[in-house]
Amino acid sequence: MRRGGLFWLFLTPVLVWLFLLIVLPHLDLLILSFRADGAWSLENYGTFFTEPIYWLTFVRTAAYSVITTFLTLVVSLPVAFFITKLSRPGVRGFLMVLLLLPFWVSELVRVYGWMILLRESGVLNYFLLQLGLLEKPVEMLYNDATMIMGLVYTSMLFMVVPLVSVMEGLDDSLVEAAYDLGASKACIWRTIIIPHCKPGITSGSIVVFMLVLGNYLTPNLMGGKNSLWFTEQIYNQFIASFNWNQGAAFGFMLLVLSSLIIWLGLKITGQRLGEVAS
Amino acid sequence: MQPDLVVSHLVKDFGTFRAVDDVSFPVPKGSFFSILGPSGCGKTTLLRMIAGFEEQTGGTIEISGRDMRGVTPDKRPVNLVFQHLALFPMMDVAENIAFGLKRRKVSSAEIRRRTEEILERVDLPGYGAKRINQLSGGQKQRVAIARCLVLEPSLLLLDEPLGALDLKLREQMKVELKKLQAKIGTTFIYITHDQSEALVMSDTVAVMNRGRFEQVGTPQELYGDPHTPFVAGFVGDSNRWEGEVVEMDGETVLVRTDEDLVFRARRKADAGKGPATLFLRPEAMLIEPVDASGLNTFPVTVRAILFDGANSRLLTATPSGHELLVALPQNRAFDHIRPGADITLGWHPQSGIAFGRGEGRP
Repeated sequence: MRRGGLFWLFLTPVLVWLFLLIVLPHLDLLILSFRADGAWSLENYGTFFTEPIYWLTFVRTAAYSVITTFLTLVVSLPVAFFITKLSRPGVRGFLMVLLLLPFWVSELVRVYGWMILLRESGVLNYFLLQLGLLEKPVEMLYNDATMIMGLVYTSMLFMVVPLVSVMEGLDDSLVEAAYDLGASKACIWRTIIIPHCKPGITSGSIVVFMLVLGNYLTPNLMGGKNSLWFTEQIYNQFIASFNWNQGAAFGFMLLVLSSLIIWLGLKITGQRLGEVAS
Repeated sequence: MQPDLVVSHLVKDFGTFRAVDDVSFPVPKGSFFSILGPSGCGKTTLLRMIAGFEEQTGGTIEISGRDMRGVTPDKRPVNLVFQHLALFPMMDVAENIAFGLKRRKVSSAEIRRRTEEILERVDLPGYGAKRINQLSGGQKQRVAIARCLVLEPSLLLLDEPLGALDLKLREQMKVELKKLQAKIGTTFIYITHDQSEALVMSDTVAVMNRGRFEQVGTPQELYGDPHTPFVAGFVGDSNRWEGEVVEMDGETVLVRTDEDLVFRARRKADAGKGPATLFLRPEAMLIEPVDASGLNTFPVTVRAILFDGANSRLLTATPSGHELLVALPQNRAFDHIRPGADITLGWHPQSGIAFGRGEGRP
């Protein structure tokens, strides 16, 4: 009886927090999204499907988020492997700090850093011109490739950390045993290292995917008007058009999308959310 | 017949530390060869060089007549059973065994046939679908060996695979491994720090210390005729006296120990006049010998009886306090001995071995 009381005592702040800051606003938004001109209506959702610009941005955002997550994984796997298995124990902590260090600066400042490097009158163009590799400066910002690079950069840490923690549990002798039994390097990655890292890959991918899908700053600053992100559409509805009902509907579309893709990803790799979270 | 493995003048340096120092030996086809040594003696490094995980600093390794320099582990006709077995937990037993065959692009029907066959050979028929964590320690052992044997390697290397098992299972696996090796006929190279494992299973044992082979021979030779003080002390139990050679002829020496006991003992090649170390097995000493003629005899006091079935010992001490272990035969003839009793011990001069203590010898 006492234990039960204590349990609820500790759980209450969490529940209050969740209810006040997550559930209540979302309920309000849900109601908003089904209202137009002071009456109940599906108009807001209708606009989404009838206006190509909206659902095209939506599909683009979904596809690029999946691509970005995949690229982040591809880049992070060797990084995590190097940190856990190839670097000396003393160097390991130092490398982790190096990874964390950029995050001491806000995302805004980091993105501006990229912009200084990449813009038409930026550092990179200056050197390429000086070296005679370019005749006139090239605009490297405001395209999909740059935006994806920026997104991979901002979300890499959230992939590397779970990967490092699962890879630490990988017994070196498993890798050696596979090598001894005739497996090539690529085959060892495919059959031993990646299956072992599956929980870390899944949790890292979920976090990165959600961060990328919901990111506003990086696509806005690095992608510009040429690379529209769905969050920008939501922002426009709320702030520019002051159409809260439409914005709320878009917000719910994004929520449905992220849940759907994560569910699909788990289904395809044959995992369950509970297993990954533990 | 061509030996399966010929190692000559093998050297391995890690920085300024020489882990393996000019080691040469052949391993004949079909034999069970053990490398026995204390931890840190270089035996694991030696094994990893044979498997291809470490590159030698100098010397050659030939397997079935082929020089292995520059050949990566995946291309060598040897397989290694790891200390902690390294079975792949993400696969079931059959997939573990099929792993190497798949890499060789063997057809799936053939893989299935050979997997079943090897499981039968290691007495685990029908275990293919089991997960690794469903197996007992001894079963894992056999799966790890089967995973290597299914590839029909010229050599099977085993890196202390019994170390992680509990005592009872280890005793049982020793016998099983020996039987398995005899049945299959593959050459086994087994490294261990446990002298009983090496003695029980091997045809030939190499005793390794500080990167060098001290002696290579059959278990009986190592036990009965050690060539160096290290082998005498490491293989089996020994009592040890420090002393001085006072007189010598061709075969025997007269040793005066530091506590003034005088014994006649077998002489090793390098024992001359001067400081010497005398080694004597616990079972070489007779308790209260009836006929003491020709024996070295001396009085001791019993301090404790260490009862351990057939392996029972007496802990005794000479008048000046030097402790000795004496085998206590369990034939009831010595039941009257109690701690504190004074008894006489006797031993034949051929059972004790005197080594000279030259410069730099411990």
